[in-house]
Amino acid sequence: MRNNLILAAEKSSLREQPLQFAVGDSVDVHTRILEGTKERIQIFSGVVIARSGTGTSESFTVRRIVQGEGVERNFPVNSPKISHIEVKRHARVRRAKLFYLRERTGKATRLKERKAKPWEVQVSDSTK
Amino acid sequence: MSVGLLGRKIGMTQVYDADGVIVPVTVIEAGPCVVLQVRSKEKDGYDAVQVGFDDRPRGKASRAQRGHVAALGGRRQQSGAAVAKAECEPKRFIREFRCADSSHGLQVGQVLGPAALEGVKFLDVIGTTRGHGFTGVMVRHNFGGLGASHGVKRVHRSPGSIGQSADPSRVFPGTKMAGQYGNERVTVKNLRLVRVDNDSNVLLVRGAVPGPNGGYVVVRRSAKNRS
Repeated sequence: MRNNLILAAEKSSLREQPLQFAVGDSVDVHTRILEGTKERIQIFSGVVIARSGTGTSESFTVRRIVQGEGVERNFPVNSPKISHIEVKRHARVRRAKLFYLRERTGKATRLKERKAKPWEVQVSDSTK
Repeated sequence: MSVGLLGRKIGMTQVYDADGVIVPVTVIEAGPCVVLQVRSKEKDGYDAVQVGFDDRPRGKASRAQRGHVAALGGRRQQSGAAVAKAECEPKRFIREFRCADSSHGLQVGQVLGPAALEGVKFLDVIGTTRGHGFTGVMVRHNFGGLGASHGVKRVHRSPGSIGQSADPSRVFPGTKMAGQYGNERVTVKNLRLVRVDNDSNVLLVRGAVPGPNGGYVVVRRSAKNRS
């Protein structure tokens, strides 16, 4: 159990609207990138294979295949650098961590699609 | 301004700063601190402010501790000159802060909080480290120990040589050996003050602070970095 004062200290660093996604989802992660003085949005798309941690240290891992090479990237859930996440597709998965996808290639990495749950309806564009 | 605060280390977490960079912080509950006594040059030979933090139950406090914070109404007190008392619960954690002169403007009974650190950007935090008891050199000084084999017998975790031979015929002072590790006062200097919450008496300080969660710490304005 975390101390209430710690939770209060973390509160301002947490998102007002939590990101809506689940393990197994195919997502587009929109991250803010600072190029010189200009800010632009970079998109990293792939499958969410893990979500771990709580509070400000919560993070998730997105895996994709780039030119035949598996690439994974970890994002902090509450980072202000992540503008929003677009969920492209939900998938039926039976475990919390999909590390078994690392050993698979090609057709074996497919996940079975499922319908969105009632609470997973996408907010058109979440805040910041 | 020279008076610091007493507090309790709550624990560590991480928060985002204005640039979206994550900052590791220690949460310190610093206050309410009560001024228990004001030392003066005339009376005590030096100027200082004595501050107390965290209540000790009256049943557990000694009569002296109770009498230090509030008048007990005993016969001896009635006969002597009345001394200003803070009129508060007995305190568990009491420290003095030396002052250059009596211009600190604090009165006995005054309650201090993080507001006392207004304008301060860097802090020194003093705490007592976790006690490890009497430990060997491998734990205490990161020695490597001796080999696991090649004829080493029963001395795998020993320090090995601690010096020379007939000359100098003694062990030099300060030689690293086994002994008490931890449970000592440690000052961490120049910790950046990330955030202050006056309502809940909470300070967020960048970096780690000595001691376990729940341990008492002394927070003062950085002695070196006063920008």
